[in-house]
Amino acid sequence: MERVVLVRYGEIGLKGANRPAFVAQLARNLQAALPCVRVENRFDHLLLRDAQQPWVLERLARTFGVVSSSPALEVAAELDAIEQAARALVAELAPQPGTTFRVETHRRDKSFPLTSPEVDRELGRRLQTHFPGLVARMKDPQVCVWVDIRQRAYVYTQVRPGPGGLPVGTGGRAVALLSGGIDSPVAIWMVAKRGVEVTPVHFHAPPFTSERAKEKVVRLVEVLSQWCGPMELWVVPFAHVQRAIRQQVEEPLWTVAMRRIMMRVAERVAERVGAAALVTGESLGQVASQTLEALAAIEAATRLPVLRPLVGMDKLEITALAQRIGTYEISVLPYEDCCTLFVPRRPRTRPTLEEAERAEVGLAVDSLVQEALAGAETVFPAAPARA
Amino acid sequence: MRRVYLDHSATSPPLPEVVEAVRDALERFPGNPASLHGLGVEAEGLLERSREAVALSLGAEPSEVVFTSGGTEANNLAVFGAAWARQDPHVVVSAFEHSSVLEPARRLKESGVAVDFCPVDGEGFVRLDALEDLLRPNTALVSVVLVNNEVGTLQPVAEVARLLDRAQARWGRRPLLHTDAVQALGHVLFRVRDLGADLVTVSAHKLGGPKGVGALFVRRGVRLRPLVLGGDQERGLRAGTPNLPGIAGFAAAVRFWDREGDHLRDRLRQLSGRLRAGLQALGGLRWNTPSDVDRTAPHILNVSVPGLRGEVLVHRLEQEGVYASTGSACHSRRAHPSHVLLAMGRSKAEAVSAVRLSLGPETTEDDVDHAVAAFRAALEDLRFLVRS
Repeated sequence: MERVVLVRYGEIGLKGANRPAFVAQLARNLQAALPCVRVENRFDHLLLRDAQQPWVLERLARTFGVVSSSPALEVAAELDAIEQAARALVAELAPQPGTTFRVETHRRDKSFPLTSPEVDRELGRRLQTHFPGLVARMKDPQVCVWVDIRQRAYVYTQVRPGPGGLPVGTGGRAVALLSGGIDSPVAIWMVAKRGVEVTPVHFHAPPFTSERAKEKVVRLVEVLSQWCGPMELWVVPFAHVQRAIRQQVEEPLWTVAMRRIMMRVAERVAERVGAAALVTGESLGQVASQTLEALAAIEAATRLPVLRPLVGMDKLEITALAQRIGTYEISVLPYEDCCTLFVPRRPRTRPTLEEAERAEVGLAVDSLVQEALAGAETVFPAAPARA
Repeated sequence: MRRVYLDHSATSPPLPEVVEAVRDALERFPGNPASLHGLGVEAEGLLERSREAVALSLGAEPSEVVFTSGGTEANNLAVFGAAWARQDPHVVVSAFEHSSVLEPARRLKESGVAVDFCPVDGEGFVRLDALEDLLRPNTALVSVVLVNNEVGTLQPVAEVARLLDRAQARWGRRPLLHTDAVQALGHVLFRVRDLGADLVTVSAHKLGGPKGVGALFVRRGVRLRPLVLGGDQERGLRAGTPNLPGIAGFAAAVRFWDREGDHLRDRLRQLSGRLRAGLQALGGLRWNTPSDVDRTAPHILNVSVPGLRGEVLVHRLEQEGVYASTGSACHSRRAHPSHVLLAMGRSKAEAVSAVRLSLGPETTEDDVDHAVAAFRAALEDLRFLVRS
């Protein structure tokens, strides 16, 4: 009797000819996240061996592409062995008298002598003999004992949901603007969930932003790495851009001018890391710069598609998701970031592209972008490593 | 790059002899002072010698010194301990006390205790006239900081004591007088009896001692209700095995200041005068620390640059190697204006534009000159931020 974990994937099973590549990527992602676990690629699921540590299940709950997982006992495909495993698992649940249960068998190996309903009945009878308090109930029982009969048999009582989505690495790469607020980490999570590898870019503007603001972003990337795999954070100096904007651009257009330069820098980072899109945490109408007109004027600064996964969400939904991801607590730490300084008193909320372009006339845009890239540092925040 | 640390009021770097004393206590005094055996006796000996050193520095009896985990705990013990030990207490604290006095006072108020907050004037001194008006027959505690931690003003605590004497003459009962002397110890010469204080808070790490250790002077005969229960250490006023290495380090720090203090206080005064004059020459600053040398601590200068946020200036100074703070360090992670400056009647805009520079024993004239140059560079560089 060996303890294993069954890992199921759903959506990626439908991807036709790409399927083997998707499954292999999921297996690689799991192997990288859990170095000491042995990952076996089975016909329609993955099987983890040496996976007794409690955090393996936590990790599976944070690996995109996993639909569900079950800690299971692997035994010989024989009824007596299956009974031993089922008894061990039910005993762990310590059922009170009156606990309702059923057995649900899937027989993939048709050479097994009993049919699935026969296994259900016989195993149910044997369990009731051993645990006289159990009451059989087909609909919504408190305990369900699942039995998968293949070449070996797998017995389990838990099906733990995974996050779904697609394995990170199957959807190409994008560069994301990461400010340190609540929204941008959620935006990164959303695109990673669709299989995209993300390179986050943070604009760091000492002395207008503190060292603590940068540390905060590093911590955000650490948390995101638990979901999205290891990420290389680009920290790009931006104070010189803010100075220039402050001095050369009329005040109502500061924000749009700043965002347009951020887009250009992000596009250059995308060229370096081979990314095909930009990602922002913008949502429609949350702040003045997020009107359709402002978004259009900002987006015109780059030829790359700009993904805004939060566009249809309201603040409460974003906050709830940030809490689930684990970034909320870090995001609300009160260190100022470059989005909160240099805010015009009366911003132009619906700037035209022409206005935005005219505002940049006094700026040496190319050299500002170049200086930002020249000073960029990359950081590899480690996800908390566990074997 | 030259590094100039001007944030001693947040915490001061441990003195070499403090490091030595802490190490020595850890290595040579492993026992629990409460143990019966010889190691316990040795540890108790070190504890009591340290207590004597702190008492000597305060002008107190050793039995009047209660070691705590720091100034915050000592302030909490003073405020809650005094209020809880009395029936129907009335409490008065100044409006610009450290949070570790203000927050306990607010908590008392929430729980139904009568609490008044005494206003301060625009220069940073508690208003004695207002304080006297606030006193009542049932006033149990008056708490006035000795040196304000943000602006460095030296409060007339001895005069507060005389007001309390008058209250006693009127009502037959003298309120307890507490003073938070965390920023004063070492830097300002005082003796608890001359202040007329019943409770005095001190902390080790503002004068080169270790963090995590402080003390409350509790005048003989003063009754307090303890906050931390579970043992009869510190005369039952503070349960728990004492932080012996910290306490030994604290003693080393006060011994250093007792020995060198006269000379250091003169030097700090001279250096802060030089710093003040240097910054004054830059122009465009608004001082939050008055220039009166008799009524300020020698090591703290607080200045506002109107229109410029304090934290931006702090970060910019750091780029020049100068370490300062925006107010008390406990507050600097919050983007709130300083409650001290608001209490002094400064506008919100002025209160978010303050920077505190605080000097210490290792500060030199060159450091001060470097700081002035850094300030000049920072102001020139950041001038564009000031909105007309």
